[in-house]
Amino acid sequence: MIEDAQDRGMDAGILARSDAARDEPAETALLSVKNLKKYFPVRDGLFGQKNLWVHAVDGVSFELQKGEILGLVGESGCGKSTTGRLILRLLDPTSGEIRFMNENILKADARRMRALRREMQIIFQDPYASLNPRMTIGATLEEPLIIHRIGAREERRARVRQLLEKVGLDPDGVNRYPHEFSGGQRQRIGVARALVLNPKLIVADEPVSSLDVSIQAQVINLLEDIQEEYALSMIFIAHDLNMVRHISDRVAVMYLGRIVESAPAPDLYRRPLHPYTEALLAAIPIADPKTKRKRMLLEGDLPSPVNLPPGCRFYSRCQKRIPDCLKEDPPLVQIHPGHWAACILAA
Amino acid sequence: MATPQRTPFKQFWRRFKGNRPAIAGGLIVLSVFVIALFAPVLSPYDPATIDVEKILTGPTQAHPLGTDELGRDILSRMIWGSRISLMVGFVAVGISILIGILIGAVAGYHGGWIDDVLMQFVDIMLSIPTFFLILAVIALVEPSIWNIMIVIGVTSWMGVARLVRGQFLALNEMDYVTAARALGAKDGRMIFFHILPNAMSPVYVSAVLGVAGAILIESSLSFLGLGVQPPTPSWGSIITGGKDTIEIAWWISLFPGLAILFTVLGYNLLGEGLQDALNPRLKD
Repeated sequence: MIEDAQDRGMDAGILARSDAARDEPAETALLSVKNLKKYFPVRDGLFGQKNLWVHAVDGVSFELQKGEILGLVGESGCGKSTTGRLILRLLDPTSGEIRFMNENILKADARRMRALRREMQIIFQDPYASLNPRMTIGATLEEPLIIHRIGAREERRARVRQLLEKVGLDPDGVNRYPHEFSGGQRQRIGVARALVLNPKLIVADEPVSSLDVSIQAQVINLLEDIQEEYALSMIFIAHDLNMVRHISDRVAVMYLGRIVESAPAPDLYRRPLHPYTEALLAAIPIADPKTKRKRMLLEGDLPSPVNLPPGCRFYSRCQKRIPDCLKEDPPLVQIHPGHWAACILAA
Repeated sequence: MATPQRTPFKQFWRRFKGNRPAIAGGLIVLSVFVIALFAPVLSPYDPATIDVEKILTGPTQAHPLGTDELGRDILSRMIWGSRISLMVGFVAVGISILIGILIGAVAGYHGGWIDDVLMQFVDIMLSIPTFFLILAVIALVEPSIWNIMIVIGVTSWMGVARLVRGQFLALNEMDYVTAARALGAKDGRMIFFHILPNAMSPVYVSAVLGVAGAILIESSLSFLGLGVQPPTPSWGSIITGGKDTIEIAWWISLFPGLAILFTVLGYNLLGEGLQDALNPRLKD
């Protein structure tokens, strides 16, 4: 069905609108994503006509270096999770290019893709939905090794125990079932599962959003430790800039299917260039009640990703909008070295 | 750190044991099992022995449920007949569940045009009045017990197929299934380790309710003379045997009728109890 939708999309010429793809040397990057798009059909009527599309991901480009943590931030519905799943090819994109270890993974056949999956893993948001309730923790963690035919049974079991210890759980828990663990513990198991195969890339899809605040820091610290130890590259998806501040090397802010600002983390928090980023930063509570700052409220909801407004996609909610904003959808351009923004006021 | 959470089975049992009708249903089902299993021990007479001196005797101490027009003991015939009912119930449901799981799993897992075609086929099958289809088929083939079980099985899998398809569609979106896919698991592993085991609880309910339906169909067929052939006793055929003499010998038809009633009721109560205990969210 996905391929089908893709074909029809192309035929309908929906993809005619494209943005200026960024051309950067891709040789050093572990992952390079170019002009990635994913449209979902919304109307699948009685006679199979599909003429409305949700522009879930609408031209996303970025690079991820070895050992880098990219924070991908945006409101719900902005396409950040879809982007994560596209990168792992759990969904097939409508168009675009994903190069991983210098290989276009969209061209990989099923067998090659299975081999590539050893190198890329995912951590999910909801630790209650991410573990098979009918498999013991040991079986869940051993499964990746069985799938990829790694090690003899004893070696696999040893590896599982070692990993449980690594994520701070009792290795004797291998015979227990997910329901015997708390949310935080389950999330650690999810982290362990992502690590079993020693991948190069982990997509963490809001890994702490559903945990208690007290547990969030523990899991973030665990991810940081692991990232450092294994020199992992990570895409850390979150809906809140505050959450990724600490862990990210680089932060990309998404709005309605597009990256609107991307910068090294300290840079982005110190001088945000896009009004949307400013608004998100203004929403972070500050512990000191005496601190005065300009309030920038985000009003209203996201416009429908089905009928995108003309011009800048943030226009309807932007506090700095000017008539010129309606002329064209501003491309993501480099304002300072390494600091990109898609706003005509920043340029 | 460890949180005291109940195991799924304990949760199920806690909800199930408070449901009195379900417990009663379970007890009925269990006792029919025991009776069928120990039929040779429990039945006071040989079910086929004709006793011309005892033709159409009402319930007496020697024959608690009376005798039929050939002087055969009704109780013994009913005890042996329970074996037929159970066998038909279980084998027919086994067949229908296997077909249902296969078709539902293929449709739900593969999706796309295969799903469309299979579900259209299900709709077509559902639009045919099953009982008349069975009657037609039985009229063409020899009405042996095996044929009956097969025919009931291949005409009653549609509900299970729909259930399983729905479960597959829903479970396919679960994170742990996505996780297995992200690990590079092949289809067989996805289906048999991750989706199917978690898709089974509504199937169990459907199976238990299906046994009741199959028992009813077999009894109806035997009542019409298209089921299990004499001299093998079956509840339906005992009722038929008594229908011509019902004005003078009511016991021949009444007791096997009650046996069917309570057995079917038992399976239905048990099935609904399982439903409530396994899928508590569906209760309202």
